[in-house]
Amino acid sequence: MTSAAQLQTRAERIVGIVVLLLLVLGPIGNTVFGSFWVNGILTQSLWLGIAAMSLIFLSAYGGMVSLCQVSLYGISALVLANVVTSGQTKGLHLGWSPWVGVVLAITITTVIGVAFGALASRSFGIYFLMLTLTLAVLTNYFFGQVTLLSGFGGVGGIQSHTPSLIGNPNLEPDRLYYVSLVVGIVVYLAIRYLVRTPFGVTLQGVRDDPVRMASLGYNVSLHRMVAFGFAAFVASLAGILFGWWNDTINPGTVNLSSVIALLVIAVIGSLFRLEGAWVGAFAYVYINNEVENHNWTVPWLGGTFNTMIGVIFLAIVCLSPGGLLGIWGSCFEWLSRRFPTSSPRLATAAAGTTESAPPSVEGTDR
Amino acid sequence: MGAREVLRRTPLALTVFAIAIGLIYILFVTKALPNTGAGGYWRTTNFGSAVSDPTDFLYTVLDSVTFAGLLFIVASGFTLIFGLMRTVNMAHGSFFLIGGYIAYDVQQSMTTSSGFGLTSAQVGWWQWIVPAIVACAAVAVIGLAMQQAFLRWNQGQEIRQALITIAVSLILADQMIAHWGGLEKNIAFPNDVGTGTAFIKLGGLSYGWSRMFILLVAIGIGVGLWLWLHKTRIGMVIRAGVDDRHMVSALGVNVQLVFALSFLVGSALAGFGGVMGGSFAGLAPEVDGQWLLNALVVVIIGGMGSLGGAAVGALLFAFVSNFSGLYLPTTSNQCCTQYSVIFTFALLAFVLALRPLGLFGRPA
Repeated sequence: MTSAAQLQTRAERIVGIVVLLLLVLGPIGNTVFGSFWVNGILTQSLWLGIAAMSLIFLSAYGGMVSLCQVSLYGISALVLANVVTSGQTKGLHLGWSPWVGVVLAITITTVIGVAFGALASRSFGIYFLMLTLTLAVLTNYFFGQVTLLSGFGGVGGIQSHTPSLIGNPNLEPDRLYYVSLVVGIVVYLAIRYLVRTPFGVTLQGVRDDPVRMASLGYNVSLHRMVAFGFAAFVASLAGILFGWWNDTINPGTVNLSSVIALLVIAVIGSLFRLEGAWVGAFAYVYINNEVENHNWTVPWLGGTFNTMIGVIFLAIVCLSPGGLLGIWGSCFEWLSRRFPTSSPRLATAAAGTTESAPPSVEGTDR
Repeated sequence: MGAREVLRRTPLALTVFAIAIGLIYILFVTKALPNTGAGGYWRTTNFGSAVSDPTDFLYTVLDSVTFAGLLFIVASGFTLIFGLMRTVNMAHGSFFLIGGYIAYDVQQSMTTSSGFGLTSAQVGWWQWIVPAIVACAAVAVIGLAMQQAFLRWNQGQEIRQALITIAVSLILADQMIAHWGGLEKNIAFPNDVGTGTAFIKLGGLSYGWSRMFILLVAIGIGVGLWLWLHKTRIGMVIRAGVDDRHMVSALGVNVQLVFALSFLVGSALAGFGGVMGGSFAGLAPEVDGQWLLNALVVVIIGGMGSLGGAAVGALLFAFVSNFSGLYLPTTSNQCCTQYSVIFTFALLAFVLALRPLGLFGRPA
């Protein structure tokens, strides 16, 4: 009596536990893959995954494909850098305690996120996408122009002002890695919880039919705005981890290519499932690393990593809008069609109720 | 008047108030920077007020209007494609840049250049017009190919189409770096309107012909597009398609052909914008992103799919960015022109608070 959905859930549980165990043992990978493994691949995948999760949360449960999550984590890292650093660096270099920096980074980013959300929450579908892209690029200009806070060269030296829990991530990368892992898991569980609360269910109602939800008396814009603020909160966590990991924050962190990189990560993983954030982030970081290590170029076209990832991105969007996890899900559907174990009607009925069925982003376009 | 009514009118009141303050500040209040250059106070600006320094004020106005011309050329192609097909072409900036690069290559091969940048003195009219035509044609073909290969079969899935065009722009950007490198390339305007070689007398002002040329061409394109859309049969079909695609195709019009045509024209306009932009400011990686943003801001302000909206949006955007860049106080090195980008944010916020679909936007 195993339907495709049950089989998939079971397989995912096993895969999830195995991956989690591997991640806990991550630092051992350094001896297998080289010293860059934890700091260069895993930690980067983890904080990028958290940032991507804020994008996927909005797209999967709010029907909003936002392109300014990168700006939000950039703002968070910028606040952190301005507050904690001191001495020779640019920026405000207030030199306050690292934990004050964390709190301020989260607060200010969330407030700005709510403001962005207030601006964007009345737009839907493609308008929302464009508006958030515009906000993202304007944020990039803001970083470049405002020399009081950042300027073109950005602010550096965050790593010498981390909390004692983290230490200097350059010398002891494992600590930051485990913190990122814990934060990532907590964020994941928090979102899983949030979407089951009345707020989360209403948000999904808004995603599927904003007009109907409005006529039922729900404040559509408010729900989308609050969801956007929550996503900004998640992005601010990613920004803090990024600040500790990268040591510097400059306009390049929030430029258009970074914006598109995060979108690529989310789409490759899956725009409709939270787990896709990690899958996409790991795939992106790993491929990028391999291409740079081996200096690969695209045969007879020229171009390097961006051409390759662009082609992968294009192929995924054309062939499997649900991303790699969509392909994974289709494998189980194919299996159940190929080897029907119970009555087919039962299997499809069960498949229809699984939460992995991608909700249509297009449903909110109008 | 209830509280809700007050709340509803607040954005409009705030907008009017902000515009009035800004105008009064620029026209009367500001003072020129002292010659010692040792900073100033809250009302010192680069030029001082319009009343005391009308020349620089008029130059800024002219610069804004001519920049708006370039913005309009690029944004009109974007809005034409969106208006008919609801397709947001995120590769518009890439089309802009690739058009410029193609024109650059053609111009280099048409002149006896030694590989260095050309100056306008070396370039005649044909050595600018032929590259422009080649670039427009090439970009139009690229755009059409993209539309036929990737966008035609998922018409109506707007987000998916936007993602596809983002993927194309990612690939194109990397390819352009691979083929044209990272150094800035410049196309030269023909000698008669060259940058720094030709000037036009406007009253007492001497103004560069190159910017005037951009403005005149933009007006020409605007009038041409208007005539095409409003006075020809095919334009009539396009306008009908904007209103009701399904009805038009039910009436026996080959909508796919109309789609292809408008994509062709829209892409060609992006390419032509690239030729203009490359002659005016230069071509380099990341210019594609800047111009995608410019087109986006203009059409979001003006309203997606509206030609008049693109013109108004271009003017507003150009005026706000130029004036905030030059007429904010310069009380020290730190303040305040560096905050000019905030004014673009504010413009966007005000317009969207007043009209979520842009000034001339209509619901789909």
